[in-house]
Amino acid sequence: MTATTDAAFSTQKYLQSRARWSPIEIVFWLATLLPFFLFPNYLSLASQIAITALFALSLDLILGYAGIVSLGHAAFFGLGAYGAGIFSKFVWGEPLTGLVVAGAVAGIVGYATSFIIARFRHLTLIMITLGLGFLVHELANSAHFITGGADGLQGVRIWPIFNYFRFDLYGYTAYSYSLVVLFLTFLVARRLINSPFGLALQGIRENSNRMPAIGANSRAHIRKIYTISATIAGIAGGLLAQTTETVSLGSIDFQRSADVVVMLVLGGVGQLYGGLVGAVIFMVARDQFSGLNPQFWYFPIGVLLVAVVMFLPGGILGGLSRLTARIRRRWS
Amino acid sequence: MGPIVGVLFDGFAYGMLLFLLSVGLSVTLGMMNFVNLAHCAFAMLGGYVTVTLMNQMGWPFFATLPVAFLVAAVASVLLERTLFRRLYRASELDQVLLTIGLAFISVAAAAYIFGTIQQPIQTPSYLRGSVQFAGVSFGVYRLFLVAAGLAVALILVLTLEYTRFGAQVRAAVDNQRMARGLGINVDGVFAIAFALGSGLAGLGGSLAIEIVGLDPSFAFIYLVYVLIVVSVGGLGSIGGSFAAAVLIGISDIAGKYYVPQLGAFLIYLVMVAVLMWRPQGLFGKR
Repeated sequence: MTATTDAAFSTQKYLQSRARWSPIEIVFWLATLLPFFLFPNYLSLASQIAITALFALSLDLILGYAGIVSLGHAAFFGLGAYGAGIFSKFVWGEPLTGLVVAGAVAGIVGYATSFIIARFRHLTLIMITLGLGFLVHELANSAHFITGGADGLQGVRIWPIFNYFRFDLYGYTAYSYSLVVLFLTFLVARRLINSPFGLALQGIRENSNRMPAIGANSRAHIRKIYTISATIAGIAGGLLAQTTETVSLGSIDFQRSADVVVMLVLGGVGQLYGGLVGAVIFMVARDQFSGLNPQFWYFPIGVLLVAVVMFLPGGILGGLSRLTARIRRRWS
Repeated sequence: MGPIVGVLFDGFAYGMLLFLLSVGLSVTLGMMNFVNLAHCAFAMLGGYVTVTLMNQMGWPFFATLPVAFLVAAVASVLLERTLFRRLYRASELDQVLLTIGLAFISVAAAAYIFGTIQQPIQTPSYLRGSVQFAGVSFGVYRLFLVAAGLAVALILVLTLEYTRFGAQVRAAVDNQRMARGLGINVDGVFAIAFALGSGLAGLGGSLAIEIVGLDPSFAFIYLVYVLIVVSVGGLGSIGGSFAAAVLIGISDIAGKYYVPQLGAFLIYLVMVAVLMWRPQGLFGKR
């Protein structure tokens, strides 16, 4: 008897049980195929949603799992977008290598800044991420000769994927491409989170002082996950540059950093799917209200933020899981 | 020589404005560790009070200033009692989200009520124009700003150093638990400090209209500046806020004057550099 309980509580078993695919997850990923059949006219929007979801996923890795609140994450998104855009303009337009370049540019800058990030916590950390984000934005704005500045980067031409799948007007290829990249990256992120490394990150989030005391090198862990997160954000930016064939300053500004935090919080922080659900809701709502003055659009967002913080910790997914837990308890 | 003095003076006047806007946040952040990103919404409220009273009711400019102070202070206490106080023990992320949500709401409300255009005001004629001194021209309104900023700084320092209330605030900033243990009503002191700080922000918002204009995006644009001042100066330190506000004000104006192609690059660089050198800010204790 004791042997079985010990086995049930072994780390490996625990991680394995967490890594198992639940039916809801499979349904979720099958549902991502629905736009092809139900909303064929909205595939461009669907591809934007998939890209934004990927960006939110990258933020979730550092915010939800390592507890690093970043208000400047768009810097990496923008670096990837400009990286992919400039690469396709001056080298060649092959999309997959362009995506690798986008991830590499953002990842290298992410690795360099991770040494700063890992040293600080709390308000100082928030302010440093904010400042670094603004610095990168100002750089992109002033390097007019290569980024196009406020006019945006023009002349991006992307070749068909595998020289066969042409980027069409309806976004059929764009959505398929974004969705495949999102799914593959999600698999990597899911594997990371359900590894001992992922557990160490959650330990840092819960108590950053105690982790070094039990022998975990938290700064090295933070550097690693920050670099990975920056790379993923860069890939998301690269996708946006390739599917829209243009890069504007909007891909790197504070608005994007703030929006992605809002999405992630609405969906649920630290649950891997939170960013995806939040991105879907946020982007669809913005598309529906796009006729409104953008400053009015802040109102529902503000109300939602206040409501989530006061009444719905864990966001929409957190609320749903508590609801199902309550129903299950009543029925059993 | 002339341009340098002029730039320094303009930067200093701008720094005084930043000081008025940020000093309240610095004290309340130092006391309760509450990250209030809605701080500039109170400044914006003060600005709109002044605009409304002057343009709709014909009040003189100076009469609107105390009203702006009071309205911002009362509004902030109402929010503190109903929403903020529930989150004193919550994570920074929750505090950031709640207060930025309120800032979002304030921006949308301002856009709905007043429209998205810049609000015009007519300052009294004796505050317009400029005076010549030693070959350099000083804007009268900026001189007034400097005087107002210095006066507020002086009053704050005297209050904090020489009154019973000031001693309670200092005790709560240094060690909140100990202060409670000594029988200081920290929550009450905090509510008053919070009201004073937001009131000063409201005053700063009214005074800022002449220099930077007023539209609904005010709550965001100046939030960044205020946060920079607070984090560079160090939490809970009035002297620190003053020094940081002057430093950021002069860096910003000088940067825009001498290297306009860099834009706001310089102040972000100053902020990141100072924070990396001293994470607790120039004059921070923790």
